[in-house]
Amino acid sequence: MYKFFIILMLTVTSLAAAQTPEEKGYAIALETDNRDKGWEDSSAAMKMVLRNRHGQESIRQIRVVNLEMESDGDKGLTVFDEPRDIKGTAFLSYSHALVPDEQWIYLPALKRVKRISSSNKSGPFMGSEFAYEDISSFEIPKYDYLYLRDEVFEGNNCYVLELRPQYQYSGYTKSHVWIDKKEYRNQKVEYYDRKNSLLKVQRFTDYQLYLGQYWRAHTMTMDNKQNGKSTTLYWTDFKFKTGLTSADFKKNDLKRQR
Amino acid sequence: MKEPFIQRYISFVITHPWRIFIMTLLVVMSAGSGGRFIEFTNDYRVFFSEENPELQAFEEMQNIYTKTDNVLFVIAPEDNNVFNSSTLNMIAELTELSWQIPYSTRVDSITNFQHTVAKEDDLLVGDLVDRRATLSLNDISYVREVALNEPLLVNRLVSASGHVTGVNVTIQLPGMSLTEVPEVAQFARELKRTLEANYPNHKIYITGLAMMNNAFGESSQNDMTSLVPMMFLTIIVVLGILLRSFSATISSIVMIFFTIIFAMGLMGWLGWKLTPASASAPTIIMTMAVADTVHLLVTFLHNLRKGMNKADAIADSLRINIQPIFITSVTTAIGFLSMNFSDVPPFHDLGNVVAIGVLFAFVLSVTTLPAMVILMPMRIKVREEQKNGVMNSVANIVIEHRKFLLLVMGLIAIALIAFLPQNKLDDGFVEYFDESVDFRQATDFSSQNLSGIYTIQYSLDQGGSGGVSEPKFLENVEIFSEWLRAQDEVMHVQTITDTFKRLNKNMHADDPDFYRLPASRELAAQYLLLYELSLPYGLDLNDQIGIDKSQTRLIITLENLYTEEMLGLEKRMSDWLDSNIEDVSYTVASPSLMFAHIGKRNVNSMLAGTTLALIVISFILILALRSRRIGLISLAPNLIPAGMAFGLWGLMVGQVGLSLSVVAGMTLGIVVDDTVHFLSKYLRARREKGMDEKEAVRYAFNTVGVALWVTSLVLVMGFLVLSQSHFSLNSDMGAMAAITIAIALIMDFLFLPPLLMRLEEKLNV
Repeated sequence: MYKFFIILMLTVTSLAAAQTPEEKGYAIALETDNRDKGWEDSSAAMKMVLRNRHGQESIRQIRVVNLEMESDGDKGLTVFDEPRDIKGTAFLSYSHALVPDEQWIYLPALKRVKRISSSNKSGPFMGSEFAYEDISSFEIPKYDYLYLRDEVFEGNNCYVLELRPQYQYSGYTKSHVWIDKKEYRNQKVEYYDRKNSLLKVQRFTDYQLYLGQYWRAHTMTMDNKQNGKSTTLYWTDFKFKTGLTSADFKKNDLKRQR
Repeated sequence: MKEPFIQRYISFVITHPWRIFIMTLLVVMSAGSGGRFIEFTNDYRVFFSEENPELQAFEEMQNIYTKTDNVLFVIAPEDNNVFNSSTLNMIAELTELSWQIPYSTRVDSITNFQHTVAKEDDLLVGDLVDRRATLSLNDISYVREVALNEPLLVNRLVSASGHVTGVNVTIQLPGMSLTEVPEVAQFARELKRTLEANYPNHKIYITGLAMMNNAFGESSQNDMTSLVPMMFLTIIVVLGILLRSFSATISSIVMIFFTIIFAMGLMGWLGWKLTPASASAPTIIMTMAVADTVHLLVTFLHNLRKGMNKADAIADSLRINIQPIFITSVTTAIGFLSMNFSDVPPFHDLGNVVAIGVLFAFVLSVTTLPAMVILMPMRIKVREEQKNGVMNSVANIVIEHRKFLLLVMGLIAIALIAFLPQNKLDDGFVEYFDESVDFRQATDFSSQNLSGIYTIQYSLDQGGSGGVSEPKFLENVEIFSEWLRAQDEVMHVQTITDTFKRLNKNMHADDPDFYRLPASRELAAQYLLLYELSLPYGLDLNDQIGIDKSQTRLIITLENLYTEEMLGLEKRMSDWLDSNIEDVSYTVASPSLMFAHIGKRNVNSMLAGTTLALIVISFILILALRSRRIGLISLAPNLIPAGMAFGLWGLMVGQVGLSLSVVAGMTLGIVVDDTVHFLSKYLRARREKGMDEKEAVRYAFNTVGVALWVTSLVLVMGFLVLSQSHFSLNSDMGAMAAITIAIALIMDFLFLPPLLMRLEEKLNV
C-alpha cells in the first residue's frame, strides 16, 4: 500500500511536470546557462581562418577577454594582432540582450577612441562567416525557446532546440541548436536567414574542461550554405578567474591594450 | 542503292502497309516517351561551354567576391520625385520584403543604405531611412541631400534628378533545380503587384540578370506553345491548298507529327535541355519534314491524275524520288550538323536534333508515308495534265532571255553582296528579346532612367595580403575610377575608394576636407575593420573586397553598346591600366563581356564549320550528279544566296547576333536540295534523253519546277513562322533563313539555268 502510494505520487508529479515544448526548451537553455556560470572572467587567443569558394585562405589573429556580468550581457575586450595593419586595434563592448550593445574602438593609426553607435550585430566579423552576434555572450533573454526533439548527433545524445531571436536587428529568424544531454554543450547550430532558409551551419569540436566545470570548444567551424565560404576559429590559451574587474573594461584604457 | 533492293523494298511497303505503319508507330512511341524528360533551362550560362575563357574568368571572379545575379526593382513615382514620405515608405517596405525573395542574399536601396555620420568621437552607422520612424520635411530633404551626393547611389540606386529609384536584390542560386529562377521571378512579380496596389501613382519595373534568366526560360516556352501550333496550322493550310487532297494532307500531317515526337523524345532521352535557341527545333524539324513529303506526294498525285492506280502511283513516286530525297536529307543534315562548330552549346543541340529529325523524316517518308497513302481512301479525278503549264512558260522566258538574266541576276547578286560589310555584330542580351517582352521593357526603362544592365567588372589585385589598404594601390584604384567616370559609355562606377573617402571624412568629424583617401596603410585597414564591425547582415563589403583583402572589384555599369564597341571599350580600359598603373594585376569579366566575346568567336568558328559543310556537301553533289563540272557549277547557286541574304540584311537591319552566324551553314544544306533536284533532272535529260542544254533546262523546269516551288514556299513559310518568335536569336534565324531560301529559289530559276546554258554552250564551241 505504501509502495503503491509512492508510485501514485510519482505519477501525479511527473504528469504535473509534463512540460510544453516551450517550457522544456526554456528549461534546457536555463540549465545550459547555469552550468556555465561563475567563471568570473576569462581570456583566450583565437586564430581565424577564412576560406572562399576559390580555395583562397586568409588568417586573422585576436585575443579576447571577457568579464562575466550578473543579469546583463558580458563585457568583452578584443585586441587585434593580425593582420599586422590592424595590430593594436582594441574593441570594447558592453553587450546587452535586447538593446544595442555599447561599443568603442581604439584605432592606433588615428590614435583615438571612437564610439560606434549602431544597432547592427549581424554583419560579418572581420569579413568572416561569423557574425558578431554568433560569438557574443549567450544570455537567456536574447531568445524564445522551443524544444524540438531528441537526436543522436555524432555519438552524443542531444536535445534539439529552436531559438528565436528577440533582438529586432538580428540577422536571423531562428536557429536550431544541438545540445548534448550529458554536459549541456553546444554541438551544432543551424542558422536560418530572414526568409527562413538555411544560411549557415556551425560545428563545435575539441571540447576541453576547465576548472572542472567549464567546457570550451577549441575549434568552431562555420559553413555558409548559401555562398560556399567557410571560417574556422581555433581557440587557445584559455584562462579563467584571473581577477579582472569592471575597472579593466573602461574605454579610456583601450589605448593601452597591446 | 541497287535497283532490285529498292524494288523489293517498295513492293513490300505496298503489300504490307499495316505492318510498316505499326512498326514505325512503335518506334516513334518508344522514342517519344522520352519527351517527359524535356526541361527548359533558364540560365544565360548555357550559351557558354565550360571551357569558355570569359565564363571561366567570370566564375573565378564570382568565387572570390559575391555573385552578381540580381533582381532590380525600378520604382517610378508619377510625380517624378522619390523624396516624399509615401515613396520612401514604399521603398523601405519593398526593401524589407525583398529579403523574402527566394535565394536572396543581399538587398540594397536608398533606404537601407548604411549611412555613416560623425558626432564628435561617435560614429553612427545605420539605415539612411528608418522604416519605423515618421519622416519630417526636414528629414526628407536631408535624405535627399545625402542620397543625391553619394557616389555609391547616384545612377545606380537613384537617378541624378531623383525621379526614379531602385531596389537591388542579390540572388545566390543553389543551381540544383530548374524551378529556382521562376520561383524568384514569381515572387518578385508578386511583390510588384502588392506594392503597386498599396501605393497608387507608383510604377514598378523588374529587371536584372535573374529576370533575364527567367525571360530566357519563358521565351522558349512561349515559342513552343505559340509557334508550334502556328506552324501546324500553316502546314495544314499550305498542303491542303497545294495538294488538294484530304487524304494526302492527313498522311503528311501524321508523318510530320511522328517526326517531331521522335526527335523531341530522343532529345529527352539524351537529356538535352531546351534552351531559347534549341526551342526552335520543333518548328524547323516540321518545316524540313514537309519538304520530303511534298516531293513524294506531288509525283504521286500527278501519277494518280494521269490515271495510275494507287499502288503503282506511289511505287513510281518512291522509285523516282527515293535517291534525291535521301541525298537532300543527308546534305540538309550536314548543314545542320555544321552548328556543332558553334561556340554556343545550345546550337549544337539545335543542329543535332534537327539533323536527327531530318534523317528520321526521310525514313518516315519512305515507310509511314507510303503506307498511309495505301491505307487511306483516295478520290482523285483523272484529268488531262496541261502540257503548257506555268513552268513551261517560265522555262521559255528563261531560255529566251538567258543572257539578260545572267547579267541582271549577276549584277543584283554583286550589288547585294556589296552590302555584306554593313552588318555589325551585336550580341546585347537585352536586345535578344523584342519590345513585347516584359523584361525588355523594364530593362529599357531602367537604362533610360536609372542605370544599365551591361557591366564590366575589374578585379584589381595588389598582390599582398591586406594590400587594398596600401595608399599607392588605393590611389591607383581612384585614378582608374576617375578615368572610367570620364568615359562617355560609363554610367556608374562602384569603387571601394568612395567608401574609404567617406570613412576618412567621418573619422575627422565629417570635415569635408578629409573626403580623401586615408594617408596610411594602417589607417585604411583600421577604418575597414571598424566599418565592417558596424555593418548589418547582407550589407558587408564581401562583394567588393576579397577575403585576403588583397583584391578589390570595380563594377562599371555601361550604356547599351554594340559588341564591337563593348570589346573596344574593354581594350581601351585594359590598355589604360597597362600603361598608367604599375604593380597592379587585374582580371576583367562580366556577362556582357561573355556575350560580346562569344558573338565574335562564334562567327569565326562558324566560318570554319560552314566551310567544312560546304566541302562535304560539294563532294556529295559531285558524287551524286556524277559530274565534277556540274557539281562545281552548283557551288554558285548554293553559295550566292547566303551572301545575298546577308547583304540584304546589312541593307535593311544591319545587326547580326549569335544565331545569324549559324544560318549560313544551316541554309546551305537546304538550298542545295533545289539545286540537286534541278541538276539531276537536267543531267538525266542530257544523258538519257540526249537533249541539248536548252531542252534539258525546259525538261528540268517541267519535271521539278512545281515541286521546287512548293517546297521552297513551305520552307519560307515555316521559317517565317519562326521569325514571329519574340526572341531575336530565333526570329532573326527564321527571317534570315526565309530570305536565303527565297533568294535561292529565284537564283535556281533565273540564274542557274542561264549559267548552265552559257557554260555548256562555251564548252560545245
